[in-house]
Amino acid sequence: MLRLPWFEYRAPSTLAEAVKILAGEGPQAMLVAGGTDLLPNMKRRHQSPKVLVSLKGIAELRKLNGGYGAGLTLAEVVAHAATPSALRQAAAQVATAQIRNMGTLGGNLCLDTRCTYYNQTEEWRKAIDYCLKKDGSVCWVATASKRCVAVSSTDTAPALITLDAKVKLVGPAGEREIPVEALYQNDGIDYLSRKPDEVLSAVVIPSGWRSTYWKLRRRGSFDFPLLGVAAALKMDGDVVTDARIALGAVASRPFRVDKAGHFLKGKRLTDEVIAEAATLVANRAKPMDNTDMDLYWRKEVADDFAGYALKELRGDDMRAVRIRTARYLPG
Amino acid sequence: MNETKKRLDVIGMPRRRVDARSKVTGQLRFADDLALPRMLHAKLLRSPHPHAIVEAVDAEKARQHPSVKLVLTGQDFPVPFGIMPVSVDEYPLARERVRYVGDPVAAVIAVDEQAAVEALALIEVRYQVLRPVSGPQDGLEHPEPRIHDYGEQGNIHRNQAYEFGDVDEALRNADFVAEDLFFYEGNTHLPMEQQASLAFLDQDGKLQISSSTQNPHYLHRQLARVLQVPESRIRVIATPNGGGFGGKCDPGGHEFVVCKAALVLGRPVKIGLTREEVFYVHRGRHPVLLKMKTGVTKEGKLTGMHLQTLLDGGGYGSHGPASTFYTGVLTPVTYHYPRFKFEACRVFTNKPACGPKRGHGTPQPRFGQEVQLDKIAERLGMDPLELRLKNLTKAGDLTASWLRVGSTGLEDCLRKVGEMSSWKAQHGKLEKGRGVGLACSTYMSGAGVAIYWNKMPHSGVQVLLDRSGTVVVYCGATEIGQGSDDVLAAIVAETLGVDTGSVRVVSGDTGITPVDLGSYSSRVTIMAGNAAVQAAERLRASLAAAVCETLGTLPDRVVFSQGKVFAADNAGAGMSFVEAVTMAEAQLGTLSAVGSYSPPKPPGRYKGAGVGPSPAYSFSACVVEAEVDERTGWIHVPKIWIAHDIGRALNPVLARGQVIGGVYMGLSEAMMEEQSFRRLPEKLSGALVHRAPSMLDYKSLTALDMPEVEVALIEDPDPNCPYGAKEVGQGPLLPVMPALANAIFDAVGVRVDEIPVTPDKVLRALEAKAAGKAARVGPESYPSVPYPEPIFVLPPWEGGDGNESRKGGEKRAAAAMV
Repeated sequence: MLRLPWFEYRAPSTLAEAVKILAGEGPQAMLVAGGTDLLPNMKRRHQSPKVLVSLKGIAELRKLNGGYGAGLTLAEVVAHAATPSALRQAAAQVATAQIRNMGTLGGNLCLDTRCTYYNQTEEWRKAIDYCLKKDGSVCWVATASKRCVAVSSTDTAPALITLDAKVKLVGPAGEREIPVEALYQNDGIDYLSRKPDEVLSAVVIPSGWRSTYWKLRRRGSFDFPLLGVAAALKMDGDVVTDARIALGAVASRPFRVDKAGHFLKGKRLTDEVIAEAATLVANRAKPMDNTDMDLYWRKEVADDFAGYALKELRGDDMRAVRIRTARYLPG
Repeated sequence: MNETKKRLDVIGMPRRRVDARSKVTGQLRFADDLALPRMLHAKLLRSPHPHAIVEAVDAEKARQHPSVKLVLTGQDFPVPFGIMPVSVDEYPLARERVRYVGDPVAAVIAVDEQAAVEALALIEVRYQVLRPVSGPQDGLEHPEPRIHDYGEQGNIHRNQAYEFGDVDEALRNADFVAEDLFFYEGNTHLPMEQQASLAFLDQDGKLQISSSTQNPHYLHRQLARVLQVPESRIRVIATPNGGGFGGKCDPGGHEFVVCKAALVLGRPVKIGLTREEVFYVHRGRHPVLLKMKTGVTKEGKLTGMHLQTLLDGGGYGSHGPASTFYTGVLTPVTYHYPRFKFEACRVFTNKPACGPKRGHGTPQPRFGQEVQLDKIAERLGMDPLELRLKNLTKAGDLTASWLRVGSTGLEDCLRKVGEMSSWKAQHGKLEKGRGVGLACSTYMSGAGVAIYWNKMPHSGVQVLLDRSGTVVVYCGATEIGQGSDDVLAAIVAETLGVDTGSVRVVSGDTGITPVDLGSYSSRVTIMAGNAAVQAAERLRASLAAAVCETLGTLPDRVVFSQGKVFAADNAGAGMSFVEAVTMAEAQLGTLSAVGSYSPPKPPGRYKGAGVGPSPAYSFSACVVEAEVDERTGWIHVPKIWIAHDIGRALNPVLARGQVIGGVYMGLSEAMMEEQSFRRLPEKLSGALVHRAPSMLDYKSLTALDMPEVEVALIEDPDPNCPYGAKEVGQGPLLPVMPALANAIFDAVGVRVDEIPVTPDKVLRALEAKAAGKAARVGPESYPSVPYPEPIFVLPPWEGGDGNESRKGGEKRAAAAMV
């Protein structure tokens, strides 16, 4: 089997202790929560931290009052009755049941960016002389690119962006709160604005949004997203009073499509309005050939998925489409 | 006793399979579960280059690693191996040349796996990189550098042509000729179990290996050859395989490595391959480009077919010579083609070797044939089911190529699947976006000829009885999850009138079981099964002779049923099976009998006629329902119906499981599986790598993605088969792929002439259709392939005798005059 590299394992029981260890060890330390992303990546030598700081034993990270503790498992987030639709749907469609039982909300938000030239073993990457993201000098997706274009594959982030959620980051200097969108940078290598000595501790989600999340992938049973569309609306009768739409898996970060949100404000969700909004959303989808399936096709169907999301929020019965495309029905 | 009069007690009853308990409880020990005291661990260093000369291997630093016991390189293995005698072209560790990324170059044997991995990094290999061949067209265009110094020419490994009657004439005389190009992408077996092997020297100093292999007998022979150890000093135990599907048929480099290391070190040595390594060992489905020309009359009768295939072989021969034949030879078994021409070419490329995967070489032409028939039906305005019924081969027929079609239930399969799926009410009649597609197939119940030439039986079985009433069945057949142990237990239990609980099966151990050639070509049920029937019948005759006097009847009037032995006309009296065994053992001594099986001689006599014949063919017909979203091309399959002519289901639970498993694998191939490769930009890199050697990124369906599958088993016992049972392991996979493609056409009127059928291809075809272009996606051209002059054989109905006509041209002229 693939073997992990050697590492030192630390298991603090408080957030303060974790922050202290991080500050002391510097960049050679990494945080691990569920380990469902990091440990396979370590086996492939994407990361070889000297010290792993486990967040498992920190009770504060598993709280559910005021905000969602970053250490809650995705299964717990799904099971929690008050979880908003978009987040529940996104969390429910991450990987498999087994992984959702281990993987955490914070872990999914901090998920390493992915690329078909990167998510391979050390031996495989050696055979292509590595790539820009790790140990190499060329981006094989776009050989002229100076920037790594690895794709953000978190499902929960676009959902939380539409919900106008914020994340809490705890560091040596104390706690700060930033919008989820601000956690990300459009760089496949340096994709998080989290400082190395900070711990993402909680997510704070305002209420009042009607929201949904649609995920495109080849297999409904489990896969990373090829496209994630999250949408949240506030309505007055059948008129949209506020709208937030976000995309995942089409850039190195999840992002909000402001144009579409502005466009929807004050409108009724007619077929024409939905079609136009969907086009505005799709125009921002610029997928690269760094994940599964045909790149042009992924671009072409972005408006369809944006349309599905808005139609579902309008109240259309979208269950048949859900089953066909995702083998998933929101509970 | 007249067998037909006895009611069957075990055969045909739905039963829990004999190995179910150990599998469900986890007691069963797969190769990787094995451990021995003082066991060492092996890891392989693999080539990072697709094509290179190995100039030097410096392993000194690795040898000095404190945990390392041994380092092996190509120099330790001077003798090559190869599953087929005509393609012995592979070394356990590369000697002078590496031929794909992942080709093993050196092995480290250390005290634990972690240390072995560390030491691999200390080995320095100097390569001289050569131009890689990325595909068969590339190989045809670049005969140099050659990947191997044998083969037909340049990078062509196998090149062959056969013509059964004048096909040009048959096409000329047709009302029209359908001409199509198809492409079938390669894919791999994806068994749950990754290969593992453990080798050690037993108490007598003899070599023993427990390995996840489908073919312990062939492995045994190859080990003796490569290691230069007499066969009598080797014992191969095939551990229960966690799935095989053809991927564990070839001997693997790792098996020789652990055996060699155990011989050198005198300690047990184990290896377990990673999933990535399993993708490199491969031996899976060949990517095949096909050109198919079929003559048709206005009435829908087929007049002949000209089939050309081009196979991407990968870096080694493997089963390739057989695979090349199989891209053609079974094509004329389902439908009657008065004439048939078949040309095939396999090209070496710098990728993992292709070989046998479930259906071995036949899904590719079957896909083309069944999609083309759908197109022909459309052109004729005929129901595709009716077109097929019109052209079926009949029981006992010979094909133009001299294959004997034994029993056939294909007509029943077609009618049954038509009825189950309400075909007539659905095909062409569903609302836009929904459709149904039909396809048929056939497969061999065992290949008629062994992989190496010999006149011995293909399978042997020994049955031993003792006074406890226990029946022990010894057979070299290998349980790879398909249920071969259950089949053997059921056959012996039925014949001796006991239940399977009294039967213990000892299988797949070349040290103690009679030879069986292995679990490939769907041969175990019929071949080992027939041998088991013979052994058990011999024992039954002994028992009957021993007890008949006591029962006051004649030996052939003794009935064995449900653990009792009694006279046919006095069922109330009699004795228990145990009493009968006791009585017989007292009279005759220890009770044992052997049985063996050799398939009948095939009717064809031309060179190459050995590939394709089988004692019995299974048949399947399948309907796939598809829903297609015209805006996205998204494909959803809500339901599949399949009817399979199995002869007889020995255990219907197992048989249905095999059918559904085949449908699963077929649908997964049809919709997404691709063993495809990346050639990085030539100016920047020489890399040619597998796109996705992991179970996450190599896309396959899961149980959650599966539609409902409705199965009908068509049972009409085949006289050549044990209790009439034909194969079920491979056949039901084959019609699924073309049935899906045909369903897509029925739903939205576009053709995807290539596998896999994916949403992006459907959408591209829909866009082409909307733009007024051909509503099709698929290969656009067929390269120029230097096929040889065909071997010409007259079909049976044109006066042929099964031999090659010495002068094809003359015979052709003579045939034209007739």
